[in-house]
Amino acid sequence: MATQTPYEWRRDTDGMGVWEHRGKVAVAGFGHSPVNRRWDETSMNQTLGAYSMLACELAMEDAGVTPDQIDGVICCQSHIAGNSGGSSSTWAPRPYFDPPYESEWGLTLINADWLVKQMELPNVKYTPSNVPTIGEMMGLAAQSVADGLCTTCLVIYPTGNLEGRYRRGGENAEDYANGARQWTVPWGNHGGNDFINIFPHNQYCQKYGGTHDDLAPFVINQHRNGLLTPWGYNASSGMVQLTEEDYVNSRYILNPLRIFDCDRPVNASAAYLITTAERARDMRQPPVYVLNHSQHNFTQRTTQPDLDEIEDWTDRAARRMFEGAGLGPADVDIFNPYDGYATMAQFFLEAFQWHGVKRGDAFAFYADDIRVEGPHPFSSSGGNLGNGRTRTAMYTDSIEQLRGSAGPRQVKVRAETALAAFTTPSSGGWMMFGKHPS
Amino acid sequence: MPKIIPVPDEVSKPFWDAVNEKRLLLQNCTVCDRLQYPPRQTCLSCGSAEKLEWKDAKGRGHVSTYIVIEDGRLNRRMPDQPYNLALITLDQDPSINFYSNLPGVPPYEVPVGAAVQMIFEEVGPDQLIHEWQVVG
Repeated sequence: MATQTPYEWRRDTDGMGVWEHRGKVAVAGFGHSPVNRRWDETSMNQTLGAYSMLACELAMEDAGVTPDQIDGVICCQSHIAGNSGGSSSTWAPRPYFDPPYESEWGLTLINADWLVKQMELPNVKYTPSNVPTIGEMMGLAAQSVADGLCTTCLVIYPTGNLEGRYRRGGENAEDYANGARQWTVPWGNHGGNDFINIFPHNQYCQKYGGTHDDLAPFVINQHRNGLLTPWGYNASSGMVQLTEEDYVNSRYILNPLRIFDCDRPVNASAAYLITTAERARDMRQPPVYVLNHSQHNFTQRTTQPDLDEIEDWTDRAARRMFEGAGLGPADVDIFNPYDGYATMAQFFLEAFQWHGVKRGDAFAFYADDIRVEGPHPFSSSGGNLGNGRTRTAMYTDSIEQLRGSAGPRQVKVRAETALAAFTTPSSGGWMMFGKHPS
Repeated sequence: MPKIIPVPDEVSKPFWDAVNEKRLLLQNCTVCDRLQYPPRQTCLSCGSAEKLEWKDAKGRGHVSTYIVIEDGRLNRRMPDQPYNLALITLDQDPSINFYSNLPGVPPYEVPVGAAVQMIFEEVGPDQLIHEWQVVG
């Protein structure tokens, strides 16, 4: 199968202008597997492979597409936990199972070739390697379809989690710090978005006023929206609504960062079907058009990004996205930023000035009516705090809102454009969707 | 519990050698007239490698903000929990910052805004790291 490398697909510099393929690519389907807390390492119908195949089947069914029509498969190989993945990083190698599980592929790792073989997709010609995480992967898919590398593409994002404490182990269990970690780990920073954002968040409170507890309305609303999302972890696991008392009394991780400020690692997979706008119009669902995709990868100046740097990065990402979409802040109806840690959402909200929110206004905005029924339905997906660490809720909700099929989460305000992301302030990507192609 | 031990590499070795001599040595770009930390192969501003030199710096700073690590992921530091992790800005160039556990300051009692000076702490055989101590 053809693998297109290198392929300059990113829109990751300032001043690129309106995306030349604006409105010519569309999302025609999506599918979610069940969302479990962990894979128990014995249930073969709950492996990442089984869940990814299920998600693909559901996405194809949603779009009304048959396996022979699929000619592209873009799959992120990461199982999230990475080199510091604790049990996930030490799980393999181990005695394997009967085919198709005679190696790590299909268990805790997935790639396009494995999926194509197992799903018996006869006409796939495009399976790029080194696929990034979903924040950029959606952009890769849109650009690939727009550039004609494939026409009907499955995009798969699996998220794995095994028994044991998440990311306890691997390099986090070592006595020595190599590479970039020599500047952080000796003092206790093991790396990750929790550390990246908690210091600027503290500086935010110092600069603009407010306290960490001002995040409570946002976190609680994320859980509320999550309970309105049937496929998500919270709704499908019988979770009850988080209260302010629960939140303010929850234990600290990196004080003031609390456990409820952190998303819950899960075992799940999601798939999207992306195709040309022209083809999507003949498929089962109303097309959701891609109006732009953009990426960013900013380099931090010193040990720790501070508030000024975070605000500069997010401002630049917002300008880049708006320019490519040919839209401005007032044009965005649905806004689903990444919320893996509650402390980063305010930076995105203010950079994109959604509903007129300017720097320093986020806490007051959170204290207003941000319910999906209200005038400011912020993060209508419930994000990762409300659904588990699937990193896909932002995309699925955006698609559903524009289709008008979000059920109890359907917003009452206009829903013709939607902005979704899996991104940190420093790196990742954004995608603008439209109900109409222009 | 001892802290995790940094492993110098080709780029960082001059820095760690200086730390072991209880000196703060930072990269300085002679084109941009700008200090740089952590050290890199090239200047972050102009991209020059040739114009990067090493320059002694004054280990004086201020506490910008801090967190308390109560449930971190580093095995070797778990017995220390809860412990402070402060962000220190360098007086000589406040755009440069460092981490510090602020030895001697009890958890949660970090004086934000206080002046600090650099000290050095042994973390392994023949290996010091730079730390910071509240002044006065």
